[in-house]
Amino acid sequence: MTTLTINGTERRFEGDPEMPLLWFLRDELGLTGTKFGCGQALCGACTVHVDGNAVRACQTPVSAIDGAKVTTIEGLSPDGDHPVQVAWRTLNVAQCGYCQTGQIMQAAALLKDIPDPSDDDIDTAMSGNLCRCGTYPRIRAAIKQAAKGGRP
Amino acid sequence: MIVNLSRRGLLGGLAAGGLVLGIGLPRSEAQQAGFGADGMPNGWRDDPRLFIAIAEDGIVTVTCHRQEMGQGVRTSIPMVIAEELEADWSKVRVTQADGDEGRFGNQDTDGSRSLRHFFMPMRRAGAAARTMLEAAAAKQWGVPVAEVRAANHQVVHEGSGRTLGYGALAKAAADMPVPDRATVRLKDPANFRLIGKEGTELLDNRDITTGKAIYGIDARTEGMLYAVVARPPVFGGKVTSFDAAETMKVPGVVKVVAIDAPAIPSEFQPLGGIAVIARNTWAAMQGRDKLKIAWNDGPHAVYSSDTYRAQLQEAARKPGKVVRNAGDVDRAMAGAAKRVEAEYYIPHLAQTPLEPPAALVRIADGRCEAWACTQAPQATRTRLAQRLNMPEDKVTVHVTLLGGGFGRKSKPDFVLEAGLCSQAMDGAPVKMTWTREDDLHHGYYHTVSVERIEAGLDAAGKPVAWLHRSVAPTIGSIFAPDPKHELPLELGMGLVNTPFLIPNIRMENPEAQAHARIGWFRSVSNIPHAFAIQSFVAELAHAAGKDPKDYLLELIGAPRVVDPTTLGDVWNHGEDPKRYPIDTGRLRRVIETAATGIGWGRVMPQGSGLGIAGHYSFVSYVAAAVEVKMGSRGEISFPRVDIAIDCGPQVNPERIRSQMEGAVVMGTGLALSAEVSFKDGRVQQNNFDAYELTRIDSAPREIHVHLLPSRDYNQPLGGVGEPGVPPVAPAIANAVFAASGKRIRQLPIRDQVTT
Repeated sequence: MTTLTINGTERRFEGDPEMPLLWFLRDELGLTGTKFGCGQALCGACTVHVDGNAVRACQTPVSAIDGAKVTTIEGLSPDGDHPVQVAWRTLNVAQCGYCQTGQIMQAAALLKDIPDPSDDDIDTAMSGNLCRCGTYPRIRAAIKQAAKGGRP
Repeated sequence: MIVNLSRRGLLGGLAAGGLVLGIGLPRSEAQQAGFGADGMPNGWRDDPRLFIAIAEDGIVTVTCHRQEMGQGVRTSIPMVIAEELEADWSKVRVTQADGDEGRFGNQDTDGSRSLRHFFMPMRRAGAAARTMLEAAAAKQWGVPVAEVRAANHQVVHEGSGRTLGYGALAKAAADMPVPDRATVRLKDPANFRLIGKEGTELLDNRDITTGKAIYGIDARTEGMLYAVVARPPVFGGKVTSFDAAETMKVPGVVKVVAIDAPAIPSEFQPLGGIAVIARNTWAAMQGRDKLKIAWNDGPHAVYSSDTYRAQLQEAARKPGKVVRNAGDVDRAMAGAAKRVEAEYYIPHLAQTPLEPPAALVRIADGRCEAWACTQAPQATRTRLAQRLNMPEDKVTVHVTLLGGGFGRKSKPDFVLEAGLCSQAMDGAPVKMTWTREDDLHHGYYHTVSVERIEAGLDAAGKPVAWLHRSVAPTIGSIFAPDPKHELPLELGMGLVNTPFLIPNIRMENPEAQAHARIGWFRSVSNIPHAFAIQSFVAELAHAAGKDPKDYLLELIGAPRVVDPTTLGDVWNHGEDPKRYPIDTGRLRRVIETAATGIGWGRVMPQGSGLGIAGHYSFVSYVAAAVEVKMGSRGEISFPRVDIAIDCGPQVNPERIRSQMEGAVVMGTGLALSAEVSFKDGRVQQNNFDAYELTRIDSAPREIHVHLLPSRDYNQPLGGVGEPGVPPVAPAIANAVFAASGKRIRQLPIRDQVTT
C-alpha cells in the first residue's frame, strides 16, 4: 500500500504499484486538471509538484513516491489566485487551455527556484512543456509578469 | 454526478427552447441572404430563445452552438450577442449547445467560418432579446416602447428616468412576442462597445487556469469504465485471430471486445480492432499490451513514403487533369527567354491536438448519451445513432471543451468506439481514450504532396508562362471509392485561385492514390500550395535578380477585385463566388505591412536573412515576414516574425492576435521538424520524440501581429483560425535562403542546412 498526501489530504493507493500517478489522480481521485498528453514525459501536460518539485505524473509510478506530498493544479492555491494563474488570465495565455495546467505547474516551480528568471532560464525550465496551440510568447510574458508580482 | 455543462439553474427568464423561427418555412423565406451558413447543412437560426437565457439574478447565459478548440468562439459569440443585447459583460456566462442542428442550425466547426456565418444571426438574436426586454419594460410602465431603451443591462424610460434591470424583466420578457427579424433594429457599428474592442477576458479563463475546465477526456460519471483499442497497424487491415487470455489476467480488465473493420471508404467509422475495457485507463493499456493479435494488413502494406514520393514526382512530371487554363502556356514557355522549374515536397502531418481523441458514452433506458471533444456534434450524433442502431432522437451528444482540434476532431470515429464499447457492456458508461501513439498511428493525416512549378520568364525576368502540377491524395478518399484527384475545395485552397497577373497560366492535377486516411489539418491544402507557390516566387525573383517582396507584389499586380470563378475556382467556400471576390489590394497591403514590420531591406549580418510570403485563404489575407538567424552549425533560430492579417471586420482582436501567434508557432513546427512517414503501411513516428513540434526554446522569440483595420461590418468576416498558417513555412524557407543560400524544396527542413 502506498500513502500520499495530495493537495493536503492523505490518500491511500492499493492498486498496481506500477500505475503512474497520473491515472491515480485522474481515474481514481477525479483530479482531472492534470492532463494526459503523451504518457512518455515528452509533453509536460501532466506536470504536478512532488515534494515541491515539478515532475511528470505520467512517468511517476505511485509506489515510487510513497509518503510524498503531491500538489496538483487543483491545490496550487486556495482560490485559483496564485501569481502565475493571475498572470495567465491577465495575458489571456490560453487558447484551447489543455496544456496550460501543466504549464502553470511548471512555471510555478520555476519561479519558486528562480524568482526572476531570464529568457534562458525560461527556455530551460519550460521546454519540456508542449503547447500545440503555440502560446509560447504569452507563456514567456506571463512568467515574467508573475515574477514581477503580477505587475505588467 | 456527471459533468454539468449548464453551470447554473436558470430561474425562469428567457427559456431556451420553444419555437424555432424559420422551421417549416420555405428555405428562401427562412434564410436571409448574407454571409450566412445558407450553403451549409441545416443553415442557421437566430431565434433568441435558442441562444439566450436571462435568469432573475440578471445573469445572461449564452448557448454557444459552435465548438471551442482554442479559437475563442465561446467568448466571441457571447460578445456578439451581448453587444446587441446591451448586456453588462461581467454578467455574461456561456454554456455549450448539445449537437442538434435541427434546433441550432449548422454546428460543424471547421473552415474558419463561425463568425462569418453566424455574426449576423447572433446579432439579430441579441437584438431581438433586447427588443423583448424593452417591450416588457414599456408594458410594465404603460408607456410607448419608443420611449424606452436598453443600456448596460437595464431598460431606461427616457422621460421619467425609471429603470428596470434585466433580471427583474426576464420573466415578463419571455412572454413577449419574438420580433420579426426584418423589424429588429441592429446597432450602428460606430456604437459598438465590445465588438472590435480590446479588453474582453476569456469566459473560460478561470476554469482553464484552475484545472476545472472539462475536456472530452475529463468527462466522468458513476460506474465509468475505461477503454483503449488495439487498431490495425495498416489502414484497411483486419484482425485474423486474437488471444486475450493474458489480457484478462491483468487486474482491472473487465472485457475484451472486437470492433469490426469498416468498409472502405470508411468515412468516420472506427478502424476496427480489439478493445480492452477496464476499471481504469492504466489497466486497459496494460491489458492491450498483452493482446496477441494476428493481422491481415491488406493492400496498403505497400505504402512507404520513400517510394510513394517517387511516384508523386513521376506523376508531377507528366501532364495531368487540367484544372485551370488561361492563354497558351506551351507556346509562351517555348518563347520564353529563361525557364525555371522546381519541385516541392510536403509530407503527411498529424494534427496531434494535445488532448488526444477521447469520449465517454453510456446507454440507458433506450437513450444514448455521449460527452465528446468533437468539432462536428451533429455528424457525431448521426453516426452514433446509425452505428448503435438507435433512433437519432434517442442520442444526445454533449460537447466538452476541445483540447485542440485542428481538424482531427471533425471525425467522430473515437466517439463511435466508445459507443460500441458501452453497447458491449450493456450500456455501462465507457470512456474511450486514445494514447498519443494511437493518435499518430491511426490518424486522418494531412495529405502528402509534390508540387511542381515551371515558369517561363521574359527578358526582363517577368513570368509569361506558369505551369503548376499539384499531386496529392485527396480527402475525398475517405468518402468515395478510390478518387484520384483533388476535390474542388482542395483546388480552391490557394491553387487555382492564385491571383497572379500572368498571361499564360495552366494548373494540372495528376492522379494520386490514397493509402491512409486523409483528413483536414488546420488550413488544409493551403499548406502545400502556399509553400510551393510562395517559395517559387522567391526563386523567380532570384533568377530575375530582383527583390523577392517587390517581385511578389509585381506578380500580384495593381489593386483590383477578382471574381474567383474567372480563376476556375468552383468551390469558393460553398457559397456564391460573388460574395467573396479576391481583393489584390488587400493582399498587397498585408505583404507591405509585414515587410514594414520586420524592416524589409535592412542590411542583415552574415548568417541572417529575411523571408516573406503572402496568402489568401478562408476569406482572409495574411502575410508573414520572418527573420532567420543561422548558428555556427546551421541551427535555425527566429529572432522575429511579423504577421499581418486582413480578415475584414473583427470581433475579438485579442483572439485574432492569439490565433496569429499560434499559427506562426504551428507553421514553424511544420517547417522545421514535423513529419509523418510510412514504411510498409505503418507510421514510423510513435510519440513527440519522433514527431517533433515547436517548443518554447525553438519558437520565434518575438511575434508581432498586425491587424489591418476594417470598420465595414457589411463585409464578410474573414477566417482567423486557419489562414495564419499557410504563409509561415514559405516565409521561413525564403529567409533560410537569404541567410544561407540554401534553397528549401522539401519540408520539414530538419537537417538540410546543418553542417
